[in-house]
Amino acid sequence: MPLDMELEAVLRPTQYPMAPYPPKTITLANGKVMVVRQAAREDVPAILKSVHPCLFIERDYYDIVSARLYGELLAWYRYRVKSEYCLLGQVDGYLVGIVNGRMENEKVGMSYHTLAIDRGLRIGSHLFAAKMEYHIEYLGQDEVLIVAESPIGFRRWMIEYPLELTHIPHELGGGDSYRLAREIYLKAKPRLVVGDRPVPRELLEEAEAEIKFADDDTIRERIAGLKGR
Amino acid sequence: MRDVAIIGAGMIPFGRRDEDTLMDMLAYASLKALDDAGLGDKSVDAVYVGNMGAGMLQHQSAIASSLVDRLNLLPAAAETVENGPASGGSAVKNGLLAVASGYYDYVLVVGGEKMREVTGWRATDFVATMTHPQAEYPYGITLPGMAGMFTRLYMEKYGVTREHLLAISLKNQEMGTLNPYAHVEMALDRDGIFDSPHAIVNNPVSADPLHLYDLCPVSDGAAAIILCPLEMAKKLTKPPVLIAGFGQATDTQTLQERDDPTDLKAVTLAAQKAFEMAKLKPGDIHVAELHDAFTILEIAESEHVGFFKKGEGGKAATAGKTRLGGQIPINLSGGLKARGHPVGATGVAQVVDIVYQLRHELPKNRQVQKAENGLTVNFGGFGNNVLAFVLRRVQL
Repeated sequence: MPLDMELEAVLRPTQYPMAPYPPKTITLANGKVMVVRQAAREDVPAILKSVHPCLFIERDYYDIVSARLYGELLAWYRYRVKSEYCLLGQVDGYLVGIVNGRMENEKVGMSYHTLAIDRGLRIGSHLFAAKMEYHIEYLGQDEVLIVAESPIGFRRWMIEYPLELTHIPHELGGGDSYRLAREIYLKAKPRLVVGDRPVPRELLEEAEAEIKFADDDTIRERIAGLKGR
Repeated sequence: MRDVAIIGAGMIPFGRRDEDTLMDMLAYASLKALDDAGLGDKSVDAVYVGNMGAGMLQHQSAIASSLVDRLNLLPAAAETVENGPASGGSAVKNGLLAVASGYYDYVLVVGGEKMREVTGWRATDFVATMTHPQAEYPYGITLPGMAGMFTRLYMEKYGVTREHLLAISLKNQEMGTLNPYAHVEMALDRDGIFDSPHAIVNNPVSADPLHLYDLCPVSDGAAAIILCPLEMAKKLTKPPVLIAGFGQATDTQTLQERDDPTDLKAVTLAAQKAFEMAKLKPGDIHVAELHDAFTILEIAESEHVGFFKKGEGGKAATAGKTRLGGQIPINLSGGLKARGHPVGATGVAQVVDIVYQLRHELPKNRQVQKAENGLTVNFGGFGNNVLAFVLRRVQL
């Protein structure tokens, strides 16, 4: 059925203008170079193919993180969420991690999810840091509200930065939010936020040309196999 | 006393084995060792299980009794041996003495630990229970913290640098990629963990001056061996490996009570005893498995057992002398750093790896050519209870 654009105009939340996230590269512990770049809305179907196998992985709360991320990205694709964005980590074109969030208002960011598809390389840490970098440095926000749904997330965000506990209910589950204020970000930046810009043209073109993803079994094995870390 | 040989060896891949209970892992490793020994209808007379934490982590005691029943080895004698991270080595020692004494002929020694069913914090706390209950633990000391302080002292006294530690990380993780039993099968890149400005995130400080990749992972796993008198071993099909030497020594529980905290006296004494019993010198050893729970320990132990002079171990590692083809290849299994460190399993796993080396069973990229003598060092506490074994290939 064709879209009723008159009705869509009512259903679609208004959007804040959002500055683009400039891509960067990060050298990982294994020497591979990860391109971190902003996804376009048209990338969502390809991204969801990588998220889908994670829906059925109970280990480390991958199921709930994936399920929510799947819904959030779909909402973005279908114009049912306000001012959402998504950043991707790609190595040799392969999708290795995803982060997303949105602008709650012009000054406050709402962190959504961080999903590392390749593990043991601190990809989640790098991508979460890129997300905070986007909110504070490029969207010009004063703070970001965050919750963790897994012990690993709690260790990586709440403790490593460290974040400040508030009593503001978070959009994900309604629990108390932790706050990354600008001053916390700037203090943590030298030890947690890295990356090189500009990205060499051939690397960016490779990443943008196609979002490659491993098959479902490989993704499950990487995340929840015997060697899962 | 009778000469004692290892006639069977087996281990399961180390890692995060969510689907297996501790008893499953102990049973799998035991069955592999029993199959490897090819004992046929013969059963074992006794079972020694090395384990540190079943009581705390699994709320389970008397695991040796449980294992003999699970394996249908009744009415074999069975005991659990707990000696911190040296539990595996102590279990091997108990099996060795039992056979050497003439009381038992066939003994199963298995070590295992299931550490990944608790969070990393709780696993670190569990390991820290080996520290002094009044002088250390209440003040928040952890083993990584202790290793950090030890490293700083060692750096100041002997000129060890982060470059030297890096050489251990790179070598052992590279070897882990070649070992199907290793927990960590990821080669590291010097740029990614050391030179690049991005390394600050990839390889953050864990316990200054130690960084993330200076530490072993927290692992699940199990390993097992079968012992019998050498004379009986000669009738079996696989080449037996003689336990030619054994030594154990202890030191003060707290580091600060030692005259020189950088002096790992128990390592030196245990190795000396093992060499004396085997009538060998450090220079006669062709391959070694040292207890590198932290990269500094591989360097320090390589000096304390006599492979290198004090202050030379780090330089030797950087120069490639401890790699395959070098003067004395160390931790070709990947060591604790990459094979993993399920604490109760480690001392047995080290012996299993040396057995594979001395039977010349490994692929070329891990096998020391014509290896005849091997050494293991299993390091308990922070060097307060150490076991060393010299193993020798038996020519039939």
